[in-house]
Amino acid sequence: MPLFPKRQSPESNLDWQHRFRELAANAKDSRLKAYYERGVPAGDTPIKEVPMVGMDFETTGLDAETHSIVSVGLVPFDYQRIYCRQAHHWVVRPVLPLHRESVTFHGITHSEIRQAPDIKDVIGELLEALAGKIVVVHYRNIERQFLDAAFRWRLKEGIEFPVVDTMELEARWHRHKPHGLWAQVRGRKHESIRLADSRTRYGLPYYAPHHALTDALATAELLQAQLQHRFTPETPLKELWR
Amino acid sequence: MEVEQIEIRDHIKRFAPFDDLPEDTLNRLATQVEVAYYRAGSTILTFGQPATDLYFIRSGAVEVYRRSGELYNRLSEGDIFGQMGLMMHKKVRFPATAIEDTLIYLIPDDIFQELWETDDHFADFVELEDQSRLRAVVSRQEESNPLMTSRVFKLLTRTPVTAAADATIHEAARIMTDEGVSALVLTHPGVRIDQDWQPGDSPIIAGIITDRDLRTRALAPGLPYETTVSEIMSKDLVYIQADIFVFEAILTMLRHNVHHLPVLDRHRPIGVLALSDIVKYESQSGLYLVSNIHHQTDVRGLKSLTRDARSTFVRMVNEDANSHMIGSAMAGIGRAFTQRLLELGEELLGPPPVPYCFMALGSMARDEQLIVTDQDNALVLDDSFDPAQHDEYFKALAKFVSDGLAECGYAYCSGDIMATNEQWRQPLRVWKDYFTGWIENPNAKALLNSAIFFDLDGIAGHTEFAEELKTLVAEKAQNNPRFLAYLAHAALNRTPPLGFFRDFVMESDGMHRNSINLKRRGTAPLSDLIRVHSLACGSRAQNTFNRLKAIGETQLLADGIASNLRDALEFISIVRIRHQSADIEHGREPNNNIEPEILSSFERRNLKDAFQVISNAQKFLRHRYHASSGRIN
Repeated sequence: MPLFPKRQSPESNLDWQHRFRELAANAKDSRLKAYYERGVPAGDTPIKEVPMVGMDFETTGLDAETHSIVSVGLVPFDYQRIYCRQAHHWVVRPVLPLHRESVTFHGITHSEIRQAPDIKDVIGELLEALAGKIVVVHYRNIERQFLDAAFRWRLKEGIEFPVVDTMELEARWHRHKPHGLWAQVRGRKHESIRLADSRTRYGLPYYAPHHALTDALATAELLQAQLQHRFTPETPLKELWR
Repeated sequence: MEVEQIEIRDHIKRFAPFDDLPEDTLNRLATQVEVAYYRAGSTILTFGQPATDLYFIRSGAVEVYRRSGELYNRLSEGDIFGQMGLMMHKKVRFPATAIEDTLIYLIPDDIFQELWETDDHFADFVELEDQSRLRAVVSRQEESNPLMTSRVFKLLTRTPVTAAADATIHEAARIMTDEGVSALVLTHPGVRIDQDWQPGDSPIIAGIITDRDLRTRALAPGLPYETTVSEIMSKDLVYIQADIFVFEAILTMLRHNVHHLPVLDRHRPIGVLALSDIVKYESQSGLYLVSNIHHQTDVRGLKSLTRDARSTFVRMVNEDANSHMIGSAMAGIGRAFTQRLLELGEELLGPPPVPYCFMALGSMARDEQLIVTDQDNALVLDDSFDPAQHDEYFKALAKFVSDGLAECGYAYCSGDIMATNEQWRQPLRVWKDYFTGWIENPNAKALLNSAIFFDLDGIAGHTEFAEELKTLVAEKAQNNPRFLAYLAHAALNRTPPLGFFRDFVMESDGMHRNSINLKRRGTAPLSDLIRVHSLACGSRAQNTFNRLKAIGETQLLADGIASNLRDALEFISIVRIRHQSADIEHGREPNNNIEPEILSSFERRNLKDAFQVISNAQKFLRHRYHASSGRIN
């Protein structure tokens, strides 16, 4: 899968409402079934009417098959506002041992981890918080693949869901044109589309990274800014999701 | 429960009124906020919409308007808005627009109401809007100083001891000894001190003598006992009114270098205020320094007192004197240096060939001198002045004074506005032509450089010359709208640094070393614009506070504007003064620049309010005198 798909990726035409009905019919776990049954907004719903949830994970590494989730942050929001009082944050016990280096990275310590629940114990709450909402992440490969892997490990069945990826949106404006020769001669670099750098372009403040809830909030704020600068309130959801 | 919105909590608690809230209240608040992003130019609040939240600016900038659409305030990171709507009728009272991309933390009404009801600090903060916040600060500062609030009559211990001016010095000395007083008020023969007085009658008091007069003017020259006191009494009397503040009496003593002041209740003398009475109030004052200055016999002696001038400044600051007291005291000290230098100059060069008036300009004339100051002065000569015959003398005198002042810490004027410059050493009629020309045929460039001449005060010699010029200016200026327009234009040259505060907050990591010059961006634009209004009113006042008083008695400014200007001037001046004083105390060379790192958030907020007052006043000035840059070139 290409890291930065072209604007008209076939994926974007996926009929998520239809897909969710299929998934609901086939899901074995009752919690997962209930999640799919809540459905998703239709692709032509104007973005101003779409309930969303910013999501971010801290993980023990970058490979979903060998590393695990250690914390999850969720912040519900919509076109107008971000609702912090409905935010969720869970620290969960990773399946695989915590690497020493990753502790310094996300700041979650071994003792916190030891007392934390297994992810299977929070799956119900997590799915409840996501139900009916469109997930918004910065770089979808992490959240989508890690959650799918965690579900496969614990429930023996994976999870699929549409996401709006703020990094992919940023890439549309900063990565779709090939660099001209002149720019290469002058050594001009690509604009960074990392979360903090993208936020700076919209006048958003600097937040300390690597806290799942802060990053989820930062991502929600970034999408609000992108929507105001690049889209209209009437933009259909299908132009944004993947 | 552990707070998870760490970014939000840690940010909010950096700013008033949240900085004092207990930790658990802050944690709860942080989990309850909502967040909204507003692109530059988009509307945040419209008038009359339901008020549901308190708005806290996390990043960006917002303009708040009056209902009329007029700009009310410009806010940046850490500022709040929307509280008025939450406190009254739950409807938005001040519309708001994002002027930059802005991120807002919205604090829900129920939390706002809870804080408002339970936390006094929070309630005080949200209830006071801008100007009233500044007012509260300034009046708190004033209340703390007894010299500011005590009036002269409270210091009087007895009715004045009097004698008729035709008494002999022997009789006078006996009365003073019997009564135990150091000053004797002398009445015109046949006039009773408590009799009715009508305008047009000659003054009740003919003069005053003091212990020192008896010593220096009677005993030392060996006058016979039968000499009448009228021959040795001081006739050019300086009076004060009984209801003035003690500090004003101190200023009068400083200004005239006298130690006894007859106190009048309207026209009736009710006592004599002696230096010793004030000393009980203020143990070490600039008054000692002034008399010390007058006792020095050479420039070296004067120079040795420079350090005392700084100590006086620091002491007054520590005693919570206000900016008017400090500015006047420092101007009084500067005057004393100048006056003594003129006397020493005359001793060296001989008596002046024609009468002259040494004129102070700028801050000394306005009684607003501080520590970091240069000399601005001029000489007004008698009309009988003949350059070929007399100018060599006055040139030498001016050079002597100017060099002496430079020795004593008053830098040479960079714009060469000094009596050493031939252009500013001219007979009265030439000065009248100068002022008439400036006022009747104004041009923008000339006025930019000569505005300083409209703060003028005679400080030595024939000070009547300066009074004549003041009268000329007061009469002519108000009738020349073009001149006022040009002067207004010049007064708009320097703008308050409102953007500074936003830049500062945005660059809060300390990488951004920036500073504001509180004189150039604060007090100077204020005194410039107040000067224009004051001249438009035909006032002869020179001090900016007195000018505001004069303006306040007219209809020129809307209600409350003059007092807002006064508060703004007082606050900026005091911040400037305190930082200079702190510099001196820490052995640093004082200046007018303030680095943001050393401002408290309290100072920063109030300074911003004060600068907002200046900005609004400049807008009004532009409008009132049509001083748009387009019209004047």
